[in-house]
Amino acid sequence: MVKFEIHDLNVCFGSVRALKEVNMEIQANEILSVIGPSNSGKTTFLRTLNRLSDLNTNFKMTGSVELEREDIRGINIELLRRKIGMVFALPLPLPLSIFDNVAYGVRMHGEKKKKVLEEKVAEALQQAYLWEEVKGRLDESAFKLSGGQQQRLCIARTLAVGPEVILFDEPCSGLDPISTAKVEDAMVKLKEKYTLVLVTNNVKQAARVGDKTVFFLNGELIELDKTDKIFTAPRDKRTDDYIRGKFG
Amino acid sequence: MRNPYRTQKIAFFFLFLATLLIVVPVGLIVLIIIQKGLPAINWQFLSDIPRQGMRAGGIFPVIVGTIYLVIGAIIFALPIGLLAAIYLSEYSKDNLLTRIIKLSIVNLAGVPSVVYGLFGLALFVVFLKFGVSILSGSLTLGIMILPVIITTSREALESVPYSFREVSLSLGASKWQTIRHIVLPNAIPGILTGTILGLGRAAGETAPILFTVAAFYLPRLPSSIFDQAMALPYHLYVISTQVPNVDEKVRYGTAFVLLALVLFMNLVAIIIRYKFRKKKKW
Amino acid sequence: MRKFKEFIIEKLILISGLASIFFVILIFLFLLKEGLALFKIESPLKFLFGRSWYPISEPPQLGILPLILGSLLVTVGAAVISIPIGVGCAIYIAEIAPVKIKEILKAGVELLAAIPSVVLGFIGMVTLVPLVKTVFHLPTGLTALSGSIMLAFMAMPTIVSIAEDALYSVPKNYKEGALALGATHWQAIWRVMLPAASSGILAAIMLGIGRVIGETMAVMMITGNAAVIPHSILAPVRTLTATIAAEMGEAVVGSEHYLALFAIGIVLFVMSFAINVTADLFLHKRE
Repeated sequence: MVKFEIHDLNVCFGSVRALKEVNMEIQANEILSVIGPSNSGKTTFLRTLNRLSDLNTNFKMTGSVELEREDIRGINIELLRRKIGMVFALPLPLPLSIFDNVAYGVRMHGEKKKKVLEEKVAEALQQAYLWEEVKGRLDESAFKLSGGQQQRLCIARTLAVGPEVILFDEPCSGLDPISTAKVEDAMVKLKEKYTLVLVTNNVKQAARVGDKTVFFLNGELIELDKTDKIFTAPRDKRTDDYIRGKFG
Repeated sequence: MRNPYRTQKIAFFFLFLATLLIVVPVGLIVLIIIQKGLPAINWQFLSDIPRQGMRAGGIFPVIVGTIYLVIGAIIFALPIGLLAAIYLSEYSKDNLLTRIIKLSIVNLAGVPSVVYGLFGLALFVVFLKFGVSILSGSLTLGIMILPVIITTSREALESVPYSFREVSLSLGASKWQTIRHIVLPNAIPGILTGTILGLGRAAGETAPILFTVAAFYLPRLPSSIFDQAMALPYHLYVISTQVPNVDEKVRYGTAFVLLALVLFMNLVAIIIRYKFRKKKKW
Repeated sequence: MRKFKEFIIEKLILISGLASIFFVILIFLFLLKEGLALFKIESPLKFLFGRSWYPISEPPQLGILPLILGSLLVTVGAAVISIPIGVGCAIYIAEIAPVKIKEILKAGVELLAAIPSVVLGFIGMVTLVPLVKTVFHLPTGLTALSGSIMLAFMAMPTIVSIAEDALYSVPKNYKEGALALGATHWQAIWRVMLPAASSGILAAIMLGIGRVIGETMAVMMITGNAAVIPHSILAPVRTLTATIAAEMGEAVVGSEHYLALFAIGIVLFVMSFAINVTADLFLHKRE
């Protein structure tokens, strides 16, 4: 099933064109890896999907992004961001307890019952593979966790809201290899229920985790294909060069 | 060629002197007031009403009047000031309107205090017919301390890291929810600091209350906001210049109480600011 | 429901944001309302340049030149004292003071800023005024000089803290570049940092002077309140601010005297507006 349809997407910040004529589909229940050198537009692309790009006053967009056939600009923005969650590059716990962090989004959407909140928090933490490590200390400050744990907390926080899509913006860039492995394991398990889009600078990670991979260069979509195809026999020479590390 | 190191030594000496010329007199002023004012401070002084034409007795109604005025000022200035700070920090864009707002705040901060008194007289006392009252005085003081509240609150709000806002919004919270649940709670120490500094300012100002609320002598405590009131700064002025033969102890004692009140508030504000910086979790 | 509440709150926020503009305009309007009424009776030129201020004589003479000169004299005197000392202190604190003492010094300066003006006026009355009287062998120590000295103390914290900020924000590599070329610390300060911070320091001075012009209570208590054209700094004077404070109590609401005091208020408002806007421009020029 097609989750996202993107038609002729152009994004400008003031006079700078960040994305040029992007056309693509993202399939449901898959992991799409987004690779490319810095300034290729991959983060802009990601943030356009959940309309975080709107926060920038210079942002302009033409073309369309459709979530299950609905234009994302027509959907209520708070509802959209409930459906499309985001995990950021650095672990960013809110200055709250572990429990309150995970429960934050749920509370903001109006849930007040303690029982319901506790259930959702527990479920989210389990899905993020963090439950065992924190179940006895949910009232402690989130800052007491290690970097890897904080990042999984951020994943749990996003899951608690009940999204359909989760966007990952270089989520392991600040993490050690063990924590990275744990996050990647969580991502692979998550695709059973969710659609994941992963922006990463780590080409090997993209290869490990993604079902499909898309390569951006200078704001243009160069190639999108099944991951093993991209990494063994890419059609475009630029893709090949990037994957081999000839630039980037 | 003149030795540049010698020039430096001379220059640094004068700079040090300049610093002394500021810092030493401050210490002296505080010491004099403590030394000559402290003897006057006893329970009777603080709880009795003025007697013998204010040459003896106490300053209780004066203290009470100041407290009423200060509370009144903050009731007016804090809500408006805080909301204005939220506007500047969270909603304003980089345009001409914002520039004008900031300029207006700078101007309000620079208006001479006696002009505030005139304004309070013309608007509250005469035009709105509130009369010379705690209401007029509080409103006048409130507008006067508005710039302080806005500026310090805005700094407190802006010091909350932007990433928190992004995270909150990405979870589907609305802008106001983000402000109410994430930004504001983490800015409270800074806002508190600014509020207390504003209170200190309001407590010490004389000119704005001269024609809007200050009473020379009131036999009983004010009972409503439409009453006049006595206040510490005005009282000090009066017993220093208008009333002859006041015991030096009484004058210094009044100065001491006023100074102690203002400095105490500043101290509390500084302590809050310091503890908050140490405790910051991010 | 939540949407509605949020809508109301966000409107309130916007209104509050506009509040400061509203109040500035309001203040100006009310001053104009009363003050301009004076100019139906008397000509503005005669008001501004008239040499006699006898508001309670019949007919009242409402020339504020003596008051303007009084304010000017006291302000210039305060400036002459506070600018070198204030800027000097700022340089010392920013560049030379050892780190541990820095905080104490800054606290000391902030302490001075916090002292209410009526307290400083009181202290000036009991210490400075008799001192001036003895030192200069005058009939009274209530003079412009005493006022200048006291006002200098009130201006200095403003000058020190803003100038110190200005020096602090000079990029470190300016200073390091000069030192690397063999300059002494003082040479680096004098030739590189001060010019770089000059617009900020200028703003500091202007804001300090602005504070002096607007000061009321301290001058009322120590400059003598003689509303005549001063002939020297050792004579008693009356400032614009003190005039309003001292005479408003006696002026009948709506009388010429009353209107004249408001007209003085307009003059003060315009002056402080001009100073603040200019100082703000200087502060933002750096950006």
